[in-house]
Amino acid sequence: MTIAHPFPGERPVTAEVVKEHNLNELEYQRIVAMLERTPTLTELGIFSALWSEHCSYKHSKPILKTFPTQGPQVLQGPGENAGVLGLPDGWAVAFKIESHNHPSAVEPYQGAATGVGGILRDVFTMGARPVAVLNSLRFGPLDSARNRYLFGGVVKGVGDYGNCVGIPTLGGEVTFAPGYSGNPLVNAMCVGLLRAEDLTLAQAHGVGNLLLTMGSSTGRDGIHGASFASEDLSEKSEARRPQVQVGDPFTEKLLLEATLELIERRLVVGIQDMGAAGLTSSSAEMAARGGVGVELDMDKVPTREAGMTPYEIMLSESQERMLIVAEPHRVEEIVAVCRKWELDAAVVGHVTDDGMFRIKAGGVTVAEIPGQRLVDDVPIYYPDAQESEKVVALRKAPAPAHKAAIEKDLVALLDNPSIASKRWVFEQYDSTVQANTLIGPGGDAGVLKVPGTDFGIAVTVDCNSRLLALDPYEGGKATVAEAARNIACTGALPLGITDCLNFGNPERPEVFFQFREACRGIADACRAFNTPVTGGNVSLYNESPTGAVDPTPTVGMVGLLEKLACRTPSHFAQSGDKVLLTGPTADRRLGGSAYWALVLEFVGGEQPTVDLDQELRLQKFLVAGAKAGLFRSAHDCASGGLLVAAAEAAIGGPYAVHGLGASLDLAALGGSDDAALLFSEGHGRVVLSVAPGNEAAVAALAKEHGVPVATIGTVGAVDGELAVKTAGGAYRWPVPALRTTYFNAIPRRMSHVAEDRAAV
Amino acid sequence: MTMKVAVVRFPGSNCDDDSLQSAARAGCKAYYVWHRDTDLHGADVVILPGGFSYGDYLRSGAIARFSPVMQSVLEFAKQGGPVLGICNGFQILCEAGMLPGALMRNGRLSFVSRPVGLKVERTETAFTSRYARGDLLRMPVAHGEGRFTADAGTLERIEGDGLVVVRYVGLDGGPLPETINGSVNEIAGISNAAGNVVGLMPHPDRASDPALGNTDGLGFFTSVLDWAAAKR
Repeated sequence: MTIAHPFPGERPVTAEVVKEHNLNELEYQRIVAMLERTPTLTELGIFSALWSEHCSYKHSKPILKTFPTQGPQVLQGPGENAGVLGLPDGWAVAFKIESHNHPSAVEPYQGAATGVGGILRDVFTMGARPVAVLNSLRFGPLDSARNRYLFGGVVKGVGDYGNCVGIPTLGGEVTFAPGYSGNPLVNAMCVGLLRAEDLTLAQAHGVGNLLLTMGSSTGRDGIHGASFASEDLSEKSEARRPQVQVGDPFTEKLLLEATLELIERRLVVGIQDMGAAGLTSSSAEMAARGGVGVELDMDKVPTREAGMTPYEIMLSESQERMLIVAEPHRVEEIVAVCRKWELDAAVVGHVTDDGMFRIKAGGVTVAEIPGQRLVDDVPIYYPDAQESEKVVALRKAPAPAHKAAIEKDLVALLDNPSIASKRWVFEQYDSTVQANTLIGPGGDAGVLKVPGTDFGIAVTVDCNSRLLALDPYEGGKATVAEAARNIACTGALPLGITDCLNFGNPERPEVFFQFREACRGIADACRAFNTPVTGGNVSLYNESPTGAVDPTPTVGMVGLLEKLACRTPSHFAQSGDKVLLTGPTADRRLGGSAYWALVLEFVGGEQPTVDLDQELRLQKFLVAGAKAGLFRSAHDCASGGLLVAAAEAAIGGPYAVHGLGASLDLAALGGSDDAALLFSEGHGRVVLSVAPGNEAAVAALAKEHGVPVATIGTVGAVDGELAVKTAGGAYRWPVPALRTTYFNAIPRRMSHVAEDRAAV
Repeated sequence: MTMKVAVVRFPGSNCDDDSLQSAARAGCKAYYVWHRDTDLHGADVVILPGGFSYGDYLRSGAIARFSPVMQSVLEFAKQGGPVLGICNGFQILCEAGMLPGALMRNGRLSFVSRPVGLKVERTETAFTSRYARGDLLRMPVAHGEGRFTADAGTLERIEGDGLVVVRYVGLDGGPLPETINGSVNEIAGISNAAGNVVGLMPHPDRASDPALGNTDGLGFFTSVLDWAAAKR
C-alpha cells in the first residue's frame, strides 16, 4: 500500500484531534489497523463523517434489521436514497423521511429549508419527480418567545424552500410539549412519482467511468454537519450556527429538472445527492454499493473560494450538489444538459478496479482507504437497554384527581396548539401547485392524483410521542396504526412506510430501551398490516441540558387510492346524515391521553392497547366502504378521543364557510365516567357520516369485516350545535364558537412574532 | 383550426405544466417556449405561468422582464395577441409595464396558500368572455408577493375604465372575512384597456381538472377560443 501523504499545512493527527472528530479509542484503533498506519487528517475527517451515527447507524443497525422490508409491492427497500413501491399501470412511488433537528435548533429558517432540500434530492435522485412534501415538527410550548421564534422560523423555512421548488405540501403534524424545548424536531418527508422503468440507483459501476459533480460549487459551509447531528445539543451548540448550510431553492429546482432529464435520457450510470458528509458519503457509498474503487482529484472540484484543503472539500455540506457516475462518451451530453439548466458540471474522478477510496490533491495522494471496509467496518454497538424506573412508576401512578367539566375541557383541548387547527402553518405552504391535490392539509391524510390516471395516493406522517414516552412498544404500534387509519379514512389502502427515528443518546440504557421497544412495536404493526419499512433515517442524540426528547419515531405512510372518485373527506358534509362510530369502545383508559396531559397536566397511567387484527379489519372496511361510495366522511379518533374527533368533523375543513351541528347519543355505550368515555384514546375507532339510506349497508359491510359499528347520532344544522348525551349527562356547544377557538388558537399565540424576534 | 398556446418556461417556472395541461384541456395545442428563445413559433396565445422565474430573490418578475423571450411577448401583445399572466406571470406583466400597478409583499408578510372566492367583473377580455359579470369562482392562491398596489391616479383609471377582471370575495360570494393579501380594493386580477392582456394572482390553472372536482378556472383557457375566432 502506498503511504498517503499529509497535505501541506495540515495538522498532525494527535489524540486530541482524534477526540475532536468524535471517534473513540476502539474506533481509532480499528482505523489504524485497517490502514496499517496513522491516518492523515483528511482520512480522519472521512472516517469521522462516515462513522458518525448519522451516516453509519452504528448504534441502530441491528435493531433496524428487525423491520419487515419485503412485500410484493416493494421495488426498492432500505439502503438506497429512498424506498420505492409499485403502483398500478407501471407507476411507482419513491418516498423517504429525514430529520434536520440539530441545524434547526440553532438556525431554524435555514435548518428547516435545507432539510426540505435534502429530502427532495433523495427522491429525485431515484428518477422520481417530487409530488408532495410533508413534515413533522416538534417544539416546546408556545408560551416561550424562543419556542415561538423557532416555530415561526422553521415554518417559514419549510415553506419558502418547497414553495419555490414547486412541490405541494400535502400534510404534516405539529406538536408542542415541554420535552422539545431544548431540542426541537424537524422531520421532512418527500414523495415522488416515477415510471418503474426509470428507477435509478446510486451505484458506481464500470471501471474507467467518470465521476462528475453537478450543481453548486463547494464552499466551506456545513463542514462536519453529520458529526454535529450525532452529538447532544448544549449551550455550545449556538457556536455551530456557521456550520448550518444555506439553501438555494432556485438552484434546487434547476438541479431537479436537470437530474430528471439526465435520467430520462439514460445519460448516467448512477447518481446521488451530496447530503450529510457531502462528497465523502456520496462517493464512498456509491463505490461500496457498486463494489468498485474510486479516485477523486480535489484540484478538479469547483470551489467557492481558493485555498480550500482536501479535508474541507471532502467534508463540505454545501447544498444543491449531486454526484454523477457516467460513461466517458456521455460527458459532453451531460454537460450540455447542465448548461441548459444553468448548472456547472465537472469531471472530478473515475471508477477504479482496485477497490480503494483514493483522494488526490496537488498531485499527491492524501487519502487511500479500502473502500468497502470504509463503509462496512464501522464498529457496531449493542448498547444496554433498561427501562427507566421513572417511567415504570409513571405508568403505575394513580389517576389524577379531577372533577370533569366536559364543556370547558373540550374547549381547552381545541384551544391547545397541539390539537388546534394548523391552518396558520399550512397556509404558508403551497399545497396546490402541480394541480393534482385532491385533499390538502387539514384532513386525515393528503390525497393527490397520479397525473394522467384514474387513481391516486394518500400520504400522512404521524407519531404520538406521549404514548411512546409511557410505553414505547405500545406507542410504536399505535404510531403505525394511526398512520394506517388516517390513510384508510380517505379510502386508500396502506402500502408501506418510511420512518424517522428521533431519540436521545443511545448510550444511555433508558434511551436505548425506548429505541429498541419502539422499533419492535413498529415492526410488529408493519408486519400485521403488510406495510413494509422501505427506509428512513435515525436521529439520535436529541438531547439538551434539559434531557432527552420524548421518543419520537415519526412514521410516514403512503397508500393507494384505487379510484379518485372514491376519496372520503374528514368532515361532516350534509345535515341529516347519520353519524356512526366504528371500533371497540370498552377500553377507556386515559393514560397518555391528551386530556390528562393538556388539561390536567399529567402524563402517566396506563394507555389503551392496539389490537392489530382489529385495526387491519378496520382498514379493510374503510377501503371497501369508500369504494362502494357508502361514506360521506370518515375521521379517526386520535389525540383528544371521540369528542375531539366529533368536534373536528363538525367544525369542518380549514376553509369551510360554515360548520355543521351534530347531536350524538352515547347513552347506549354505558359507563359512569363521561371523561373516560369522551376523551379516552382507545384505538381502532373512526367517526363516520353516511347518508341515511346507506346506514344498513354500512352496518352489513362492518359485520362482514368483523368491525363493531354503532349509530350514535345525526349531523345537524349549518352552524348549529354539537350536543352530546351520555348515560349520566348532557353537553352542548355552539359550533361557531368551537370554530373560533379551534382556528384562532395558534394565530392568537403567534401574533407577537415580530416582537419576539427582537427579544431573542 | 386548433389554437396554438405558447407557455413560456423560465428556469424557475413551476406551474408551467399546470398551464400547459389546462390549455390542452380547453382543446388548444399547447407547447413550451424556453426563456432564451425569441421565436414564439406562431402562437395564437401566450401564457406566462406561475413560479419563481429566476429565483426571484430580488423582486418577483424583476429579472424575467429582461429575458429574451419577453421582448417577443411584448411585441406579440402590441399586435393585439392575447397574453395571460398567472401569479408570477402577473408579476412579470406588471414589471414589464404591460399591465398597470405593481405586486408587493403580502400584507401579513407571509406566504398565503388557500382557496379564495373571486367575483368576475370584466368579461370583455380574451380570457374571461365565457364568464358572466358577477360570477363567483373558487380557486387557489399561493403567493408571497400578491398585494396589488397602484398610485392614486392609476388606480382611478383602473377602476374608472373597468379594468378589474376579478376581485377577491368570500368563498360563499359574501364579503371577505379578512383580506387575502392586502390588495388595494381587493383586486385579484386586471387587464389592459384592449382586454388582450390579463394578469391575476389566483390560479385558474389549478381549477380546470374535472377529476379534482373544480373547473371554475377552465373558462380562462376556453375564452381565448372565442377571442381568436372573433379576431380572425
